[in-house]
Amino acid sequence: MAFTLPKEAYTGKVYSVTIGTDDNTVAFGGENVLPFHIFEGVVPNRPVIAYEIQDVPPDDWPENIQKPFETVSNDPVTWAKFCQDVLKAKAITLRLKGTHPDRQNRSPEDAAKTVKDVLSAINVPLIILGSNHTEKDAAVLVAAAEAAKDKNCIIGKAQEANYKTIVAAAIANNHKLIAMSELDVNLSKQLNILITQMGLDREKLIIDPMCSALGYGLEYTYSVVERIRVAALVQNDLTMQAPMLGDIGMYVWKVKETQASEMDMPQWGSTEERGITWEAVTAIALLLAGAELLIMRHPRAVGSIERVIEELY
Amino acid sequence: MALTGVEIFKLLPKTNCKKCGYPTCLAFAMKLAQGQVSIDSCPDIPEDIKQKLAEASAPPVKSIMFGVGDRAVKLGEETVLFRHDKRFVNPCVIALEIKDTLSEADINSKIELVLNSEIERVGQKLRIDAIALTNDSNNVSKLNAAAKIVATKASDVPIIICTGNPEAAEIVVKQFADKKPIIYGANPENAETMANIVKTHKAILGVTASAAFGGSGGGLTELSTITEKIKSLGVDDMVIDSGARKAKDILRDNTLIRRAAVKKNFKPLGYPVITFAQREDSLIEALIAAIGVAKYSSIIVLSSIEKWKNLSLFTLRQNLYTDPQVPMQVKQNIYKIGEPTPDSPLLITTNFSLTYFIVSGEIENSKVPSYLAVMDCEGLSVLTAWAAGKFTATKIAQFVKESGVENNIKHREIIIPGYVAILSGAIEDKLEGWKVTVGPREANGIPAFLRSRAA
Repeated sequence: MAFTLPKEAYTGKVYSVTIGTDDNTVAFGGENVLPFHIFEGVVPNRPVIAYEIQDVPPDDWPENIQKPFETVSNDPVTWAKFCQDVLKAKAITLRLKGTHPDRQNRSPEDAAKTVKDVLSAINVPLIILGSNHTEKDAAVLVAAAEAAKDKNCIIGKAQEANYKTIVAAAIANNHKLIAMSELDVNLSKQLNILITQMGLDREKLIIDPMCSALGYGLEYTYSVVERIRVAALVQNDLTMQAPMLGDIGMYVWKVKETQASEMDMPQWGSTEERGITWEAVTAIALLLAGAELLIMRHPRAVGSIERVIEELY
Repeated sequence: MALTGVEIFKLLPKTNCKKCGYPTCLAFAMKLAQGQVSIDSCPDIPEDIKQKLAEASAPPVKSIMFGVGDRAVKLGEETVLFRHDKRFVNPCVIALEIKDTLSEADINSKIELVLNSEIERVGQKLRIDAIALTNDSNNVSKLNAAAKIVATKASDVPIIICTGNPEAAEIVVKQFADKKPIIYGANPENAETMANIVKTHKAILGVTASAAFGGSGGGLTELSTITEKIKSLGVDDMVIDSGARKAKDILRDNTLIRRAAVKKNFKPLGYPVITFAQREDSLIEALIAAIGVAKYSSIIVLSSIEKWKNLSLFTLRQNLYTDPQVPMQVKQNIYKIGEPTPDSPLLITTNFSLTYFIVSGEIENSKVPSYLAVMDCEGLSVLTAWAAGKFTATKIAQFVKESGVENNIKHREIIIPGYVAILSGAIEDKLEGWKVTVGPREANGIPAFLRSRAA
């Protein structure tokens, strides 16, 4: 019995999404095969990793992930410049955490100012996220989208409860948009349809199927991402062909495994190495499942993932 | 690829003799196709056809027991490319490489690491499953000396003997008599000799098309040619290595091998895959191994097994090999979070592992020491369990009474998930002297909720 190459019949393609302006753009997505299957199709872009920063000091982050940024994280502008200039970030994610009512409850105007300040300090593309408070995000993201008008950013996250105003703001100010639903292929599909029906070009959409950390439901995210990607490529489902986001850092750096001391958990080994590996392993799993855009925190986790991505091409 | 009922029917005697217990051969064929009856129920099928049918119904990736005794691990038996299509069956084996060039003390300390690698997570005991002894010295007696140490100190750990030298294999395999080791070393040049050694010693043969042992590295075509040849020599317990070492090649070859096996029922590649992930940088090694875990490796060989790395890889393996149709469960219990006192709050939730992880994580984030009562609801989440009648006032009351939590706390207040606020009255009726407080609907509301109570 002679070996013949078993081919997969692909009929669909993931949209390529470009963010940023002038010479400082990055693109992700665009492939017509499963993740890293360069042996059987076209994969024009590599996944992009965006460093996560926030508008307020990260005092809610565990010590080991505060450390790499301790000299810069008091100010979002310094922090952003550090990521761009020192860490060579390809993109930056500004999370407007301080706008959350349970946090500093910063106003949409304050948030807009932070966005403007950060944008004027960096060249790399910017992703602007709310605090994941659906009501407040609707107001904050509208102000942020206006402040970043025509900078070709990504704004998010639009969810079922608040997508209308956020979608309108993305359209009016020429941004890309993250649509997030909770770990369900059909919910994601439905939200994408609602959003495109409002007039957002479907090639401006990025799907966030909701992330989970390794050990804390990663298998659910993994399979939802994989199913969305198979639907896009094999079943040519036009509503599922947007690139996907893995919002990793936020989920990883709150689980016990990234924080518990080695003294408390001798069987778990070094806390620092464990945290970094936890973030990196979560990232590689989601890349293999089909995510094209990752939001991450630790420079060593990002560095190792970039090296492995290099090796996958 | 399994045969259809009609295809099977064509191979049956078509006598409708009823000796199998079914009225017609066609009815029997249909039952066979569904896997509900054994081919042995038909007394009149000739041996060769029986074998053909057995082959057609075998899983596309061969099932092999590696090692013996309590630590034996099952390899292969996989049937899908995506875990959401069914499930991944036998979790990949993680093995530590021990080089025969190491000193006796170093070999001993590596063995110790393997023996002490066990970690419990969500009720499962996870560990480094095997040792891969490599012949870096290229010296037979050195390999044999190292093998002797491993065989003595780690006598029940499944072993992979890595050598392309038949003379070395023949000598070393005797250290592991009746232990069902893997001899990883068949290549196009030595396939026949190696097959005979494996046959004599009832071992498993690792087959490679790579240049590792002087092979020419012809990839999957060459690999399938060698496995066919070895099979024709009467050896069918094999693990295969395409020679891929770079991330890109591992992903490609593992995908093509699994696809050929599952979609084309291509038997020459229907064997468990062994992946060598060793790297200088331990974090990169963890990520290469993670590619193997997600993408079809049945054995992954590592050069180092730091505890943080093991925990990450074990957890990934546990996550991806979970049956998507069977929720992961946590044991019913009253869990202490932080160091609760008799005045600390008591919360209750269901035993779906994800629910437990998220709720306990958020309680931890609140920094308010608490008791968390986790009730067995067959692994369903709160709302689902409530809807299914498994998280009801009667059952909650009974659980609280029988749990003995009344001995741990002074107060009589229980905090229930906001989604089942509707139960609060009924629970108070059934739990005399207790006050029921409705907590937040979502776990992420727990820190603010607990902190405001504590303030």
